[in-house]
Amino acid sequence: MARTLPDRLKDAALAAFVALLLAVPFIGLTTINTDVGLRVATRWDWVLWAVAIVFAGRILFGFAADAVSTRRRRTEARGPLVSEAAGRTLGKAFAAAAIAFAVTLPFLPFSDRYVLDLGMTVLIYILLATGLNVTVGLAGLLDLGFVAFYAIGAYTFALLAKFFGFGFWIALPMAGLVAALFGVLLSLPILRLRGDYLAIVTLGFGEITRIVILNWQSLTGGPNGVGGIPRPTLFGLSFDRRPQEGQQSFHEVTGIAFSSEHRMMFLYFIVLLLVLVCAWAVWKLRRLPIGRAWEALREDEIACRSLGINPVLVKVSAYATGGLMGGLAGCFFAARQGFVSPESFTFIESAIILAIVVLGGMGSQIGVVVAAAFIVLLPEFAREFADYRMLLFGAAMILVMVWRPGGLISSREPTLTLAGGKQPAESVVRGVGS
Amino acid sequence: MDAGAQLGLFLQHLINGVTLGAIYGLIAIGYTMVYGIIRMINFAHGEIYMVGAFVGVTGFSLMALMGITAVPLALLLVLVMAIGFTAAYGWAVERVAYRPLRASGRLAPLISAIGMSIFLQNYVMLTQGARPKPLQPVITGGFTIWEGPNMALSITWIQAFIILLTVALMAGFTLLIAKTPLGRAQRACEQDRTMAALLGINVDRTISLTFVMGASLAAVAGVLVTMYYGVIDFYIGFLAGLKAFTAAVLGGIGSLPGAMLGGLLIGLIEAFFTGYVSGAYKDVAAFSILILVLVLRPTGLLGRPDIEKV
Amino acid sequence: MSAPLLEVSGLTMRFGGLVAVDTLDLTADRGRITAVIGPNGAGKTTVFNCLTGFYRPTAGRLLLRHPGKGEVELQALPGYAVARYGVVRTFQNIRLFPRMTVLENLLVAQHTELMRKSAFSIAGLLGLKGWRDAQATALDRARFWIERLDLTRVADEEAGNLSYGVQRRVEIARAMNTNPLLLCLDEPAAGLNPRETAALGELLQGIRAEFGIGILLIEHDMSLVMGISDRIHVVDHGKKIAEGTPAEIRADERVIKAYLGEPDEAEVPPEVAQDMPELEGPRA
Repeated sequence: MARTLPDRLKDAALAAFVALLLAVPFIGLTTINTDVGLRVATRWDWVLWAVAIVFAGRILFGFAADAVSTRRRRTEARGPLVSEAAGRTLGKAFAAAAIAFAVTLPFLPFSDRYVLDLGMTVLIYILLATGLNVTVGLAGLLDLGFVAFYAIGAYTFALLAKFFGFGFWIALPMAGLVAALFGVLLSLPILRLRGDYLAIVTLGFGEITRIVILNWQSLTGGPNGVGGIPRPTLFGLSFDRRPQEGQQSFHEVTGIAFSSEHRMMFLYFIVLLLVLVCAWAVWKLRRLPIGRAWEALREDEIACRSLGINPVLVKVSAYATGGLMGGLAGCFFAARQGFVSPESFTFIESAIILAIVVLGGMGSQIGVVVAAAFIVLLPEFAREFADYRMLLFGAAMILVMVWRPGGLISSREPTLTLAGGKQPAESVVRGVGS
Repeated sequence: MDAGAQLGLFLQHLINGVTLGAIYGLIAIGYTMVYGIIRMINFAHGEIYMVGAFVGVTGFSLMALMGITAVPLALLLVLVMAIGFTAAYGWAVERVAYRPLRASGRLAPLISAIGMSIFLQNYVMLTQGARPKPLQPVITGGFTIWEGPNMALSITWIQAFIILLTVALMAGFTLLIAKTPLGRAQRACEQDRTMAALLGINVDRTISLTFVMGASLAAVAGVLVTMYYGVIDFYIGFLAGLKAFTAAVLGGIGSLPGAMLGGLLIGLIEAFFTGYVSGAYKDVAAFSILILVLVLRPTGLLGRPDIEKV
Repeated sequence: MSAPLLEVSGLTMRFGGLVAVDTLDLTADRGRITAVIGPNGAGKTTVFNCLTGFYRPTAGRLLLRHPGKGEVELQALPGYAVARYGVVRTFQNIRLFPRMTVLENLLVAQHTELMRKSAFSIAGLLGLKGWRDAQATALDRARFWIERLDLTRVADEEAGNLSYGVQRRVEIARAMNTNPLLLCLDEPAAGLNPRETAALGELLQGIRAEFGIGILLIEHDMSLVMGISDRIHVVDHGKKIAEGTPAEIRADERVIKAYLGEPDEAEVPPEVAQDMPELEGPRA
């Protein structure tokens, strides 16, 4: 649909007019806080720039969109990026490469504290998104309050350490279980709800959790948080330079010279292990009756009921599994920071985790990895524009959704196949193929 | 405290609650209308309200700069300005972030909306500064309804103004939806968009206008809040939006009277909970009520119940 | 003949003021095909919804004689549990799991049994032998039905991508994977062409003969109903107006009247009814 130039100019002029309307009150006018109240300042030159950019951008975009749509009509419209079979091979190769990269990262030459720290952040988000992927991606239950599980896991460890002196490794399973239990409790009242109602109620749960933590001063320390959370140990060995009484340290026992980077590496491997175990578990669960029931529930709850599947149990198990992983991530987060406070568990975290799941393509583990890396690293690369990070983040969320509404990986991998002369039972059990 | 004073206190909370509820109701209408017509949570609607509040602050500052001191004139100009500019934002949000995703299920638009919400928050923070914006009181004073030995029951002019303006707007709005061709087009699109399009209704335009109307009401709410509290920041949209959405769901999403009722209830719950129980947990109270209502009556108070299709 | 497999007595379903099903009696036997016919809006699907646990009947008794578990009152069970006692259904508007493959659809149907055998996923996660055997058995059963319903070519396709006729077969295969005692089919021939309908008839007769299960059938396609049913119940306005063998029903005055209305419309052939969409009271 090639449009005429006057048409394009008219369209661009309209866009420029809207841009003018949008720009005047915020870019053109601003108020500056002074001692005697607000002072109005103007930046009309900026408005001019904004309008000009929109005008030119609209024309260019129009041409580009035409070019794309012509090409698209020739190929297949909005299909997957690669064919399904090729995608599966590619997926396997990617998974292997990603794991290899993650394992060797701490030993790579460019690896330093900053890289490891960033790696841990990416891994935490992968872990969180892997958990949320069970609830949202597989079972199709929208959850905008996933951060609650993260918070519960973190505070479980923090409080167990504070009041009972528990260490990381004992607290870890407990944090997971407590979060899973909360998942069960939270899911019970909302079993009948669907779609958007579910979204808003879970959002409410997330906020309630944060507000309760913020205000239950005697237990949680309120806004001051809980500090002094012990570092994880390796079979009882501490990674501190001067370990506490009765503890031995890693560098003393092994004779390796002390380096604070060892502790970072150790933490990194802990979270990597957690991610691998959880990703494996989800991979495996998808191929078990419970996982197929999750997906079936997402597809059609009524059909599920007609086949004797109890939707309540399926939903509860999905929330509990997701919550468990959120709790594990929270526990690790607490161990890594040594300190937790309600600030870390705001709605924006839930939004980011959900964005990872949806951007990755619902239900896709590889999608989660790619999207988590993208979402955590994007603001890092935009560091020069430190202030503009979240602005760009928001814009990127919109653009990616408009570009690929189904997420980056929108094709679904079957849990087993009959074709290819393979013994499906074998391949499923051994965990290869399919 | 004697019984009279207790009653006075109760009535005072009631007035505060109704004021707050009026504001929530105005925002909730935007949620409910958009949900009614395209079945999505316009997550950025709270931010639209915040945009309205900022245009209000800038507007009042401009009025002071230009020496327009007559309160009714200044107020009118600021309201018109806020409605106009904020409506443009409402329109642009739909055009940029939602329209391309109209056929893409439910999650993609929701994520896009969350992205838009983050974008707008940071946009306003960057262009207007992160510090809270104080505003000199525009309407001051009030009158005392009743005076006892220990306390007085009073309503401030600004409270009265908020309540009256909201009632007027809602009445006008109800008429708009019920009587005008635009309202008819809108209700038609709510029922069946394809059919409406076949009958010659411009669906895109109707949806755009829905966003414009929702944004206009949110802008009014923003200006009112600015005047009521005297201070705003770029973060006010999130919680207010959340509560307004709660109000819309509570009343029965898709229903205009429901949005008003829900807003009123949330305002009252908040005021009474703050007054009698605890200010820190007032949001917990609002959300708990929401969850309770949804569990007991998932379609909200005034929503139409739908029988499960088999 | 022993006592019937399913005995419905006094079934009543009311929606507000509307009585969709009115004190209906019905029986279904093992090894027999029982059809329920009636004009659009007669309440047939509502009967199915009560029977399969989607509606709780206002009144009445749904007695199932389960060979292993004794007499079960279906109306007292939670909705999802009905299928666990061997009463399974298909849907008028086909309800597959569209983004899952045909094979996966059939495995979901075996959920209850597999869930137990995977020890609620624990044995499954560990890959224990008991679970592997159970999985292999389940696959064999699925494979059997895939072959039986000629679905081999599409077994690994996503169900939502298949044509309407094939989806119908998948839905029946999925129902059969639950190992039912009573298979309830809600208009299985709707949307099928005459050849497909004929094949469906043969299939149902085959299933009845081979597995000895009861089949309960709602259908508008009279050629199918008359061709394969052992017994027919005619329902109109929620009430049963006739019952009998196909030959008896064909000759029944009341049935002809219910279908064709007053005599002046009598030229309309009965086949016309099959093209009309079904509109049941509660869903309108």
